[in-house]
Amino acid sequence: MATKFSKETYLYWYELMQLIRQFELTAEEKYKMEGKIRGFFHAYVGQEAIAAGCMTATRQEDPFITAYRDHGLALAKGVSANSCMAELYGKGTGCAKGKGGSMHFFGKDVFFFGGHGIVGAQIGTGAGLAFAEKYRGTDNVSITFFGDGAARQGMLHEVFNIAMTWKLPVVFICENNNYAMGTSVERTSNVVDIYKLADAYEMPADSLDGMTPEPVHEAVARAVKRAREGGGPTLLEIKTYRYKGHSISDPQKYRTKEEVDEYKQRDPLQQVLKKITTEKLATKEEIAAIDKRVSDTVQAAVKFAEESPWPDDSEVLKDIYQQQDYPFIVD
Amino acid sequence: MTETQVVTYGEALGQAYREEMLRDENVYLIGEDVGRWGSLYRSSKGLLAQFGPKRVKDAPLSEAAIAGCAVGSAAMGMRPIAEIMYIDFITIAMDQIVNHAAKWYQLSNGKVKMPIVFRTQGGAGRRNSSQHSQSLENWFVNIPGLVVVMPSSPYEIKGLLKSAVRDNNPVMFIEHKSLYFAKEEIPIEEYLIPLGVANVKREGSDVTVIATSWMVSFAINAAEQLQKEGISCEVIDPRTLWPLDKETILRSVEKTKHCVVVTEAPAEGGWSAEAAAVVFEGCFQLLKKPVTRVTGMRTGIPYGSVLEMQVIPNEEKIVKAIRNLLNK
Repeated sequence: MATKFSKETYLYWYELMQLIRQFELTAEEKYKMEGKIRGFFHAYVGQEAIAAGCMTATRQEDPFITAYRDHGLALAKGVSANSCMAELYGKGTGCAKGKGGSMHFFGKDVFFFGGHGIVGAQIGTGAGLAFAEKYRGTDNVSITFFGDGAARQGMLHEVFNIAMTWKLPVVFICENNNYAMGTSVERTSNVVDIYKLADAYEMPADSLDGMTPEPVHEAVARAVKRAREGGGPTLLEIKTYRYKGHSISDPQKYRTKEEVDEYKQRDPLQQVLKKITTEKLATKEEIAAIDKRVSDTVQAAVKFAEESPWPDDSEVLKDIYQQQDYPFIVD
Repeated sequence: MTETQVVTYGEALGQAYREEMLRDENVYLIGEDVGRWGSLYRSSKGLLAQFGPKRVKDAPLSEAAIAGCAVGSAAMGMRPIAEIMYIDFITIAMDQIVNHAAKWYQLSNGKVKMPIVFRTQGGAGRRNSSQHSQSLENWFVNIPGLVVVMPSSPYEIKGLLKSAVRDNNPVMFIEHKSLYFAKEEIPIEEYLIPLGVANVKREGSDVTVIATSWMVSFAINAAEQLQKEGISCEVIDPRTLWPLDKETILRSVEKTKHCVVVTEAPAEGGWSAEAAAVVFEGCFQLLKKPVTRVTGMRTGIPYGSVLEMQVIPNEEKIVKAIRNLLNK
């Protein structure tokens, strides 16, 4: 493959993907070995190339919104590893003051509009972000992520229809990791090519491999360009794979170890690393320096989370109502 | 003296829309047939011509997408008024309201405001039958993060909608389909009614009648009828079910020592029980009798006119409840 991308791009991709990977592997350890994290935990491991490709094909002001497998995209967008780890620990310094947890990372300042727990709901709110961009006359584009499971929600159809009718600047990205919890795509519908769902609304759509960032970047860049120029939405079905279970408590009886191993042969992080080494885009020392930087960031995040205070009891009633001055709120 | 005009509930709503849309260009209207049709009860008549299709958005019959669009755009600083034609249809948009509009402020660490008005209408009285006549307001009172408003007259709807639009929280603005053609004299000049302040519609000394929405007018009629018998009723319209003006209610019951709550929604698990609890908790020792309730029956709203009016409260039922309470 011809090198269309610069050395800087590959090194950025590698560092970002390594950060997401190490952050999650470390957090998983804190969950399983030390019990410091509890509740839901949906790992992105294996899907990192999508976050990487989307980041280089968009700009900071383009709002991202996704479902509950949100660690990777939040980190990519720039929600700090410290505040993400603290959120997993439930600490007061977390990005949602420890009130959201794994599924609900949020970073308005970096245009990351959350992590959401209701399958498919963010397809609607993501279109709403785009509605506002168009209303305000910006050329920002909403990047709205959902999984293959969410593709079977009614919301998708309502939103595809309005997004095309109103030509909203949104790129719908279906991260198809082939399993809605434990139910594989071909067991959820007669239509297994999810990108074809766009046909009913005459929405441009494409299907592509998401195990490396290059095709993701290219497809997203095309879709974003169309949206910025007023051409409306695109659906991209990006084929990916999660190495871990649906959540941390998943016994994974619905797939074989061989299947998982097969995908690990095409590991996105290793593929980018291989590209960097074969094309001699960086020396071993430079790569080691990146790995060290990532490791330091993750370890610092753990330290930050562990040393952070628990939220004060008074926090429970905060941020429920924006107005604190209703005449009769006295409790 | 303030100059006045006589307007219907629907017209007052239209005036509120117009004033708020002129005041703030981030206010936009989205819903089914809100544009060319001018909304089911003609409340947005003329807005499309005045403000154009960017700000008056005719949406397909997609309540979930309408609500989703409202939530997402509110997060970016818009102030949507999202109309759900009948409250019965809000079931389809419930996820966006309960799991998103009411939650993002907290989940965003207080950084994303949700200044949305979900405008809808409920209640019986127009032969709309079981899937278009329900009183579903109770559901929203139980969701932290939502404000619940029930305007009971043209004066109320105008002042309350303007406040709802300016509120930075998601507001459930629940109108009554039997009130759209009710007329009232209201000021010509601009006015707002703050959310969370009850209205003592009629002063009295023997019993406090707390009534919501359409029921306010039934309660007033009942009070006037009882006045002739020498029974003095104080009628309170809470205006907002949440936040609830407990102070005004308790002040009244401390005076009358008797309380009747009137709602169109069924009693069980409803706001009427919350209102009763507020009175019991706040002035139990002063009460001469337990709080009593006059509510809609626990049944579907029938189509036929005789049965339809039988399942909801009316003057007669309110009068009877008050007489029983006062042993008269």
